[in-house]
Amino acid sequence: MEATVSVRDFSARSSNVTLIHLTKKFRSLDGSGEIVAVNDVNLEIQAGELVTILGPSGCGKTTTLRMIAGFEYPTSGSILIGGRDVAMIPPNKRGLSMVFQSYALFPHLSIYENVAYGLRVQKLPAQEIRERTERALELMQLTSMARRFPSQVSGGQQQRIALARAIVIEPSVLLFDEPLSNLDAKLREYMRDELRKLQKRLGITSLYVTHDQSEAMAISDRIVIMKDGCIQQVGTPREIYAYPHSKFVADFMGKANFINVNVLGMEGEAVGLGGRESGWSSEISAAAERAARIEMEGRQFVVPQPGAVAPKAGKALLVVRPETLKLVPLGESASEADLSAGGARGSPGIAALKGRIDRFTYFGNIARYEVSTENAPLLIESYNPGASQILEEGAAVGIVIDFESARLLPADEQEHRA
Amino acid sequence: MRENTRFSIAHLVRDPVLLFLVLLVFTGLILFILFPLYKIFVYSVTNNEGRLSFQAAIDMFTSKAYARPLGNSMLLGITTGVLATLIGYIFAYALTRTDIPLKGFFRTIATIPIISPPFILSLSMIFLFGRNGLITRKILGIEDANVYGMHSLVVVQTISFFPIAYLTLTGTLSKLNPAVEDAALNLGASKARIFRTVTLPLSVPGILSSLLLVFIQSMEDFSNPAVISGSFSTLSVEAYRTITGMYDMRGGSLMALMLLAPTLIAFVLQKYWLAGKSFVTVTGKPTTARAQSRDPKLVWPLFAFCMLVAAIIILFYGTVLVGAFVKIWGINFSFTWSHFKYVMTLGWQPLRNSVILALASTPIAGLLGMIIAFLVVRKEFPGKRAMEFVSMLTFAVPGTVVGIGYILAFNDKPFMWTGSAFLLIMAFTFRNMPVGIESGTSTLIQIDRSIEEASTILGATGAVTFRRISLPMLKQAFFSGLVYSFVRAMTAVSAVIFLISPRWNLATISIFSLFEASKYSDAAAYIVVMIVIIVVAIGGLNLLVGLLGNSGTVASGGNSERT
Repeated sequence: MEATVSVRDFSARSSNVTLIHLTKKFRSLDGSGEIVAVNDVNLEIQAGELVTILGPSGCGKTTTLRMIAGFEYPTSGSILIGGRDVAMIPPNKRGLSMVFQSYALFPHLSIYENVAYGLRVQKLPAQEIRERTERALELMQLTSMARRFPSQVSGGQQQRIALARAIVIEPSVLLFDEPLSNLDAKLREYMRDELRKLQKRLGITSLYVTHDQSEAMAISDRIVIMKDGCIQQVGTPREIYAYPHSKFVADFMGKANFINVNVLGMEGEAVGLGGRESGWSSEISAAAERAARIEMEGRQFVVPQPGAVAPKAGKALLVVRPETLKLVPLGESASEADLSAGGARGSPGIAALKGRIDRFTYFGNIARYEVSTENAPLLIESYNPGASQILEEGAAVGIVIDFESARLLPADEQEHRA
Repeated sequence: MRENTRFSIAHLVRDPVLLFLVLLVFTGLILFILFPLYKIFVYSVTNNEGRLSFQAAIDMFTSKAYARPLGNSMLLGITTGVLATLIGYIFAYALTRTDIPLKGFFRTIATIPIISPPFILSLSMIFLFGRNGLITRKILGIEDANVYGMHSLVVVQTISFFPIAYLTLTGTLSKLNPAVEDAALNLGASKARIFRTVTLPLSVPGILSSLLLVFIQSMEDFSNPAVISGSFSTLSVEAYRTITGMYDMRGGSLMALMLLAPTLIAFVLQKYWLAGKSFVTVTGKPTTARAQSRDPKLVWPLFAFCMLVAAIIILFYGTVLVGAFVKIWGINFSFTWSHFKYVMTLGWQPLRNSVILALASTPIAGLLGMIIAFLVVRKEFPGKRAMEFVSMLTFAVPGTVVGIGYILAFNDKPFMWTGSAFLLIMAFTFRNMPVGIESGTSTLIQIDRSIEEASTILGATGAVTFRRISLPMLKQAFFSGLVYSFVRAMTAVSAVIFLISPRWNLATISIFSLFEASKYSDAAAYIVVMIVIIVVAIGGLNLLVGLLGNSGTVASGGNSERT
C-alpha cells in the first residue's frame, strides 16, 4: 500500500471519545433476570489515538463498540464524541465509520459503488463523490479493480475495500470490530501493520476490538482489558504486559506463572524507574520506587519492581513470565551448588528451584517446557532453542528466577480458600 | 424486561419511518385478517337480534347434514395428504439423491400444477373420464361412467398438491448431509438399510410437514370439489352453497369455523411443532446433493415413475388444450376457434378485471411481504412475534373463511367495501403475502446483518438502507413473492366468489359459471387464455425485477470468499 495520495487529502476531523459510567443490561435468555454486558465503563480516548479493547468472548467489548456505533443503546451512562453526548443519537447521525468482522461489503454493488456509498448517502455533488472515491481507491490500491464486485476479489482486497469505504467519509471516529479475524495468519500480520500505518498517517481516532492479544500489542497506543463487562486495566502495551494489575490480565496477556509468596515488607531503596525511563505512567513509576522483600519456600528475596498493586505485607502472588525463567540441566546427583551455578549464589534478587520436565513442545523459535516443582507447575519458554541443548521430558532441572522482571499481585482469595 | 420494552419503544419513536411501517402493517393485519375472523366468530354465536346464542351451533351439531361435510373434508385431506406426500417424496428423492436423466424437465413439470389456473384438472377429468369421456366412453366403451365423487377429487387434488410435497421434501432431502449416509455405508450398511435406518428417519420432519401442508390445501380447496365432487360434499363448497343457495349466513359462518379449526391446528403444528426441523416454502430452490446414486437398479425404476407422473400431468393439461379447440367434446372433435371468440367477447370483461386486480395487488403484496420479513428479522419492536404469526396466518385460513369473513366485516359502516375493487385487492394482498414473507425471511436470515449496519453507519436512514441495500439483496425472494401473488390473484376462487359484484366479476368465477352450465370447451378456452396471461406476466415480472439491481448471482456469491 505505497500510496501516492497525500495524507492531507483526507482531512481528519478526529474527535476524542469519552465513555462515562457506560452500562448495558440485557434480559437473560430465560427471561428471569438481567445480564450486565457492560458494567460502568469509564474511558477517555484522545483524538488521533488508537485504543484497543481486548478481552475474551463475552467480556462486553463488542457491546461497548456497538454502543459507540449506535447499534445498541446504553441502559445508562453517556457517550461523548467530540464533547457531544451521542448516547441517544441514531447510528446514521453520528458521523462514524466501522470496519466489520465480516467486512459487510454490499454484494450487489461494485467496489467503486461500495466505496462511494457513504458519500452518495450524504448527497454530495457528483464531482466531489468521484474525486474522493477515486482518492480512497488509490490510497488502498484498489483502482484497478474498481469495477469488480466484492465476490470477485480476494479476502485481503475485501478487507481493503471495507477500509476504503470507512475512511472515505472522513469519520470523526473509526471503529474496528475484529476486522482481521477472517484472514489467514500471514495476511493478518501484514494487514495489521498496514492498518496501523494508515491510521497513524490519517490521524483518525480509532477504537479497535479484538480477542487476539498479539494483534492488540502490535497496533495499539493503549489497550483496554475487559472481563465480565468491566474494565480490568488500561495502559500502553508495555505497561499492560510488564505491570499487570491482576492475575486475569497477567494470564490473558501472554503467559504467566503464579507462585504463592509472603510479602515481609517494603524497602526504601528507590529503583528510580520513572526518572530513568520515559513512557511509564506516573502511577507505575511511583509504585516501582519501592522494592518488596518476600519470603518464598522459607528463603528471603527482594523483588525490586513489584508493581503498583503489590500488597505491602502478607500473602501475595509472584508473577513470573515464562521467558524470564532459565532452565539449568541437573545430573542425577543434583546439588544446590550445581543449581546456583546458573545465577549468583545467595543473591536476594535471584532464586533457584528444582524440578522435573513433564512436557516439552518445540515451536521452532521457542522451546516450551512444562516443569513440575515442589511449589507449583511452571511454564518456561526458551528462545532460540536451536542454539542450546534441548532438555528431554523426564529430565531433572533447575529453574532460575530473576526477580528483576517478576511482579507481585494480591493473593488470589478464592484459591486460598479452595 | 420492562427496560428492554421501553428502549424498543424509544427506538421506534426515534425512527419515524419504522414506526409508520409497524403501525401500517399492524393496521392492515388487524383490519383484513383478524377483524373478519372475529366477525365470523361473533356472528356464529349470536342470533338475529344480536344476542348471545348458541342455537345455530346446537342445530349444527345435532344435524347430520353438517357433520357429513366435515367428515368428508377430513377424509379427503388425509387421503390426498398421504398420496401427494408419497409421490412428492419419490419425486424429490429421485431428483436430489439419484442421477436420473431429464431432471430439468421433471422440475418444470412439478411446478406446472402450482401456477396453473383452477378447474383445469377437474375439466380434464371430465373430458377423459366423464359420461362422454375420451377414455371411459371412446376407448373403454363405458356408457354410464360416473366421474363425480371422491375418487376423482383424490386424483385431481393429488396431482394439484404433490408439487407442494415435492418442494417441501426437496428442501429436507437436499439439506440432509450426505456424510451421514456415507458414514452408514462406511459402517457396512447396505443401500436399502441406509435408506430405512438413516435417510427415511431424517426426513420424517419434512414428511410430516408435507402431510400437514397438503392437508391444509386439500381442506381449503374450493374449485375442484365445487365442480367434480358430485354428492361427496365438502365443507368449503357446503359453506358456499349454504350461504348463496339457502341464504343461511349463520350456518355458513359456522361451517367456515369448522373448516378453520382443523386447518389452523395443522398450521400451528407445522409451524411451531416442526419449527426449525424443516424449511417450508413453495419457492424452495433445489440444490444438487453431492452424493447421487448411479445404481441402475434404483435409477431406472425411479425414472419410470417420474415419467409416469409427468405423462399424467401432460395428458391432463394437453387434454384441456385440445378441448379448447374442438366443437363438442366427445361428440364432434372438429377444430374450431369459436370458444376463444366467446372468451374474447362475453368473457373479456371478467378477464380484464382479473388482470387489473392481480396487477394492482401484486406489487402491494410483494412489497408488504418484504417489509414484514424485514421488520420481523431485522427490527426490534413490541408485538413482533404477533406480527409474524398473524401475517403467516392467512396461509392457514381457507379462502372460503376469508370470503365469508369479509362479507360480514365489510358490508356495514364504517367499512362499506363489499363488491368494490378495493376489497378484492385487499383480499388478494393479504392472502398472497405469505410466500413473499417466507422467502424474504429465509433470505434475510442468511444475509449478514452487518451489511445493513454498514449502510446505517455510513449515514443512510432506515428507508435508504432498505431500498438500496436490503431490497436488491432480497431480489430473488421478492420475485418469487411477486410471481406467487400474481398467480394466486389470477387463479383465486374460494375467497373472491363471495366478494365479486356485477362490476367486478372475475375470470375464475366466469369459468365456474361455465362449468355450472356444462360449457366445458368454453371453460377450456378460458383456461388456456389464462395460462398464456400467467406465463407472459411471469416473464414480464422477471424482466422488471432484473432492472432492480445487479445480477442475483453476484448477490448470492457475496460470502463465497469468507470462511
